[in-house]
Amino acid sequence: MLHGYGASLAEGALMTLVLALASLAVALAFGLLGALAKLSRSRLLRGLAQSYTTTIRAVPDLVLMLLVFFGGQALINEIALRLGHADYIDINPFVAGVATIGFIFGAYLTETFRGAFMAVPPGQREAAQAFGMGAWQVFLRVVAPQMLRHALPALANNWLVLLKSTAIVSVIGLTDLMHRAGLAAGATREPFLFYGAAALVYLAFTSVSELGFARLSRRLAIGVKGSRL
Amino acid sequence: MNWDLVAEALPLYLQGAVTTFKLLLLALLLGLVCAVPLAVLRALPSPWLSRPVFAFTYCIRGTPLLVQLFLLYYGLAQFESVRESVAWPWLSSAWFCAVVAFAINTCAYTTEIIAGAIRALPAGEIEAAYAMGLSRAQMLRRVALPSALRRALPAYGNEIVMMLHGTSLASIVTLADLTGVARQFNATHYLPFEAYLTAGAFYLLITLALVGLLRAAEQRWLQPMLAR
Repeated sequence: MLHGYGASLAEGALMTLVLALASLAVALAFGLLGALAKLSRSRLLRGLAQSYTTTIRAVPDLVLMLLVFFGGQALINEIALRLGHADYIDINPFVAGVATIGFIFGAYLTETFRGAFMAVPPGQREAAQAFGMGAWQVFLRVVAPQMLRHALPALANNWLVLLKSTAIVSVIGLTDLMHRAGLAAGATREPFLFYGAAALVYLAFTSVSELGFARLSRRLAIGVKGSRL
Repeated sequence: MNWDLVAEALPLYLQGAVTTFKLLLLALLLGLVCAVPLAVLRALPSPWLSRPVFAFTYCIRGTPLLVQLFLLYYGLAQFESVRESVAWPWLSSAWFCAVVAFAINTCAYTTEIIAGAIRALPAGEIEAAYAMGLSRAQMLRRVALPSALRRALPAYGNEIVMMLHGTSLASIVTLADLTGVARQFNATHYLPFEAYLTAGAFYLLITLALVGLLRAAEQRWLQPMLAR
């Protein structure tokens, strides 16, 4: 039915998934650091985090992606040339894609985590400190698990947006699902078939994610008294 | 860094910004006009009415905007009947396809936003309307919708900004919007940093202006309703 392009599409789908997961890991790191910076006492850190979230969230992903991929490439080569390195350096599109998407969604996750951290009652942290826990222990054992529950709905939403954003990495030449679908569409002259198939794969990914997040939120809410109207 | 060439290209960037604006306004307008009736259907208790609307919003919200754009612009050309139909001059134009794809996309998100606001209306508002003897249509038009649309403003504001960023995809189907102008600039001068930083600055300004406008709109329409 897919004129023998099924395997190629599957490889592309796998690439999309790997790219999205790797970007999520980067975004989680940036988001946590950003949230901690925003909640810190240092004015410099707060200012940095604030300008990070404001500018990144105000510029389209595509523009940032092009800026990092083409601009970053030019910059690296400029620096390499000054250091006496004559060969041309190519940025790997996968690395550029993961770095850009991770950096962008780190800004969204910063806001998510900041809100979630503030939703954990301060008494929890104080009680943990009163037990003699160190700063890391308080964070890992008491604050983080509770924070995650508050962050989950927004985190799920951000993951879905991130997954769909990965479609634009095909523009910088990464062989993801969109790219493979485009190749197959060009070769067979049946673009509707292949872009339709790509759409179904994305829909399957988002549907499975939503089911997974629903389970996870039930898991994280164990021991929490639900309120009913 | 070579900013002289950027300064020379500023009129082009301004034209690109105008194109971006036109795309955004048309898409938002079309999307909103379709979203209001769909949201009412989606919020009605009958599953026969709300389920099909949910199926539409689910499919659109579950797939990337780029796929939707490609399905419309490249995909439809696969069918001979489409290529020979009267709509072909429209459907073969990147401009038309981009506007329609963006409108369909924002319509799905807006439908869910407004339907959510309708469902979250205080029960008393609706009961009061019925107690005054209003029919369901009157209640919707005079009570539920004005209230829900105001309450949907903050979420709709986010959607407007997301759509502004979504319009950058128009550059992939060859339109000369802000991103498209930046890509052309980079292609002619090979100055990627200058090209995309300038476009980014334009988007930043437009976003900040939009956020300011939205805040004013909330002050004007939402705040007076909440402050009692």
